[in-house]
Amino acid sequence: MNAIEVNNLTKSFGKFTAVDQISFNVRPGEIFGFLGANGAGKSTTIRMLIGILEPTSGDAFVGGYSIKNEPNLVKKNIGYMSQKFSLYNDLTVAENIRFFAGIYGLDGKKYEERKKWVLKVANLENMENVITGSLPGGIKQRLALGTAVIHEPKIVFLDEPTSGVDPISRRNFWDLINDLSGGGTTVLVTTHYLDEAEFCNDIILINSGKLIAQGNSEELKTEYIKNPILEIESDRVIDSLEILEKEKWVGETSIFGNYIHVILNDSTINEKHIYELLRDKNGISVKRVERITPTLEDVFIHLIEKDNRVNVQ
Amino acid sequence: MFNRILAISKKEARQLRRDTRMLFIVFFFPVVLLAIFGYAINFDVHHIKIAVYDQDRSEYTRDFIGGLISSEYFDLVTYIDNDDQIKRLLDKKIVQVVVVFPKDMSRKLLSKQEVKVQFLIDGVDGTSANVISHYVNAATYSYSLQFTKEYLLAAGKKMYLPIDLQPRFWFNPDLQSIRFLIPGLMAMILIITAVISISLSIVREKERGTIEQLNVSPLSSIEFILGKTIPYIVISLINAAIVLLAGYVLFGIAIKGNLFLLLLGTFVFLFAALSLGVFISTIADSQQVAFQAAIVTSLLPSFILSGFIFPIESMPSAIQLLTNITPAKFYIVILRAILLRGVGISAFWDQLIFLGMFGFVFIMLAIIVDKKSKNK
Repeated sequence: MNAIEVNNLTKSFGKFTAVDQISFNVRPGEIFGFLGANGAGKSTTIRMLIGILEPTSGDAFVGGYSIKNEPNLVKKNIGYMSQKFSLYNDLTVAENIRFFAGIYGLDGKKYEERKKWVLKVANLENMENVITGSLPGGIKQRLALGTAVIHEPKIVFLDEPTSGVDPISRRNFWDLINDLSGGGTTVLVTTHYLDEAEFCNDIILINSGKLIAQGNSEELKTEYIKNPILEIESDRVIDSLEILEKEKWVGETSIFGNYIHVILNDSTINEKHIYELLRDKNGISVKRVERITPTLEDVFIHLIEKDNRVNVQ
Repeated sequence: MFNRILAISKKEARQLRRDTRMLFIVFFFPVVLLAIFGYAINFDVHHIKIAVYDQDRSEYTRDFIGGLISSEYFDLVTYIDNDDQIKRLLDKKIVQVVVVFPKDMSRKLLSKQEVKVQFLIDGVDGTSANVISHYVNAATYSYSLQFTKEYLLAAGKKMYLPIDLQPRFWFNPDLQSIRFLIPGLMAMILIITAVISISLSIVREKERGTIEQLNVSPLSSIEFILGKTIPYIVISLINAAIVLLAGYVLFGIAIKGNLFLLLLGTFVFLFAALSLGVFISTIADSQQVAFQAAIVTSLLPSFILSGFIFPIESMPSAIQLLTNITPAKFYIVILRAILLRGVGISAFWDQLIFLGMFGFVFIMLAIIVDKKSKNK
């Protein structure tokens, strides 16, 4: 049985369809990445899956419970942590843990055991009487995840858990997610950071409320972009981009610092053509042209732009 | 379920303990209000400053003045001797009343003619002017009576007074305004702790996003609201007890009626007030909006429209209808009945029903609005 099963899930607000007939499955124990731009419908989907927003049509089964008919059973069996770190900043670490334990009905030995565990994963042993608001962001976020799973749910939803946190803390946080997943917990995580998406077993991408790609990161990179990609390093990035975009054989372009990625429409084009065009015809010094395998970012930009073009038409 | 409610209540109490601003509002504000209403706001008129323009200078006028200033109601400020000074004294608010005795007063009295004594009263403050006018009326009446008595006695006749008016004021024999104010004061203080603090406390969770975490937990709305309100109910009851105790110690106001009924009435009132607070929290998204909404819908009406100070009976009928928007109106009737008159439930059961209905309507509205906003 799948940990999460989503069938044609739809949510409309008046005439606006925020989530449009999305279907996907999440296997038990996997880390499932849920990607999309801001406003693509990620949060709306998550809010439906955690049982606080009723779907307009379709349904989903989370841990076997219908979000439409049994939202309270869904809530009992999941953990949820959002980008806002929903801890009480004016309570101490111990008070926060005690409060959430109380909400999930933990007491006695079980409570002591889980409290110890939360303090350990948050690196807050012997600091339980510190006011939560005074903790650094990275620690607070680990504490938030710890309290969100204090009742040991089988399924955890993380809504942009690492936004606004430094890279080292992000790495530590992902170690914690891996530990959870290793222990058999299913983790569904939304993120903006595409390097994080690489840690996920499975990824879906949504745009304007529709699911536009699905698979693991290898599949995404090889299946969705068949055309060759060239990485061009040049001094005058913007000028080069303008020149390239005028060529028929150039599909999509994107800038990464002082690199340009170009997806070619014509596979007969190679590095030589680029040097000719930029250096010989236009006098731009080109340091390097190289054929690369696409990054997730290339894939997503490609897919989203393609989808937006379809939507406009 | 009980454990979850307790978890919320404990958390709320811990947060409150660290929130000095809220503690200040909840505990210090009532004390300030009590001091203001107990001592500063006083409708009793004492020590009225009076000037005398005595054109007669006889023993009659001296007697008359002696009668006035021997009471604690009038303080003689000065004697004057011309008309211009009257205007100056009243203009500069040096005195509130000027009494003018005519030149031929003693002559007229001796020849049994009617004498016109003029009292010029500063009418800017209508309420006080009215009270002063009653005092001088009474003083004049009693002087005339004395004069008549002596006159009849000299003629060998006994005076006969067909009707002797002896008003006696029940429930507040000395007509102290604090007795009248204490019930309204209690209602206002409870409104502050109930409506304002509960709406702020719920909206704060919305503002900080912590409510999202609770929405995802198995906690139900009822458990959440009960857990949230319990600490404030306890605080409200403590505040009510403080006000009653202060009323007794400082102003000698003992509770005449049944304590159980008082508690019952207070609970029903708190239910109504807390419902209003919960309702406000569902429509407001920031603490600032919630605070203003709470002030406008609860504190101001409970001050102006509840009959706390301004009697409802003397308001225009449209405004009288409007007074029903404040639960304090009903509670004040209950409190006056229990505290001052010491009467039983038969005197105010209808008010309890009104309060219950009020609370029910607002909690239902809160549930409806909350359901709607959750699907947005």
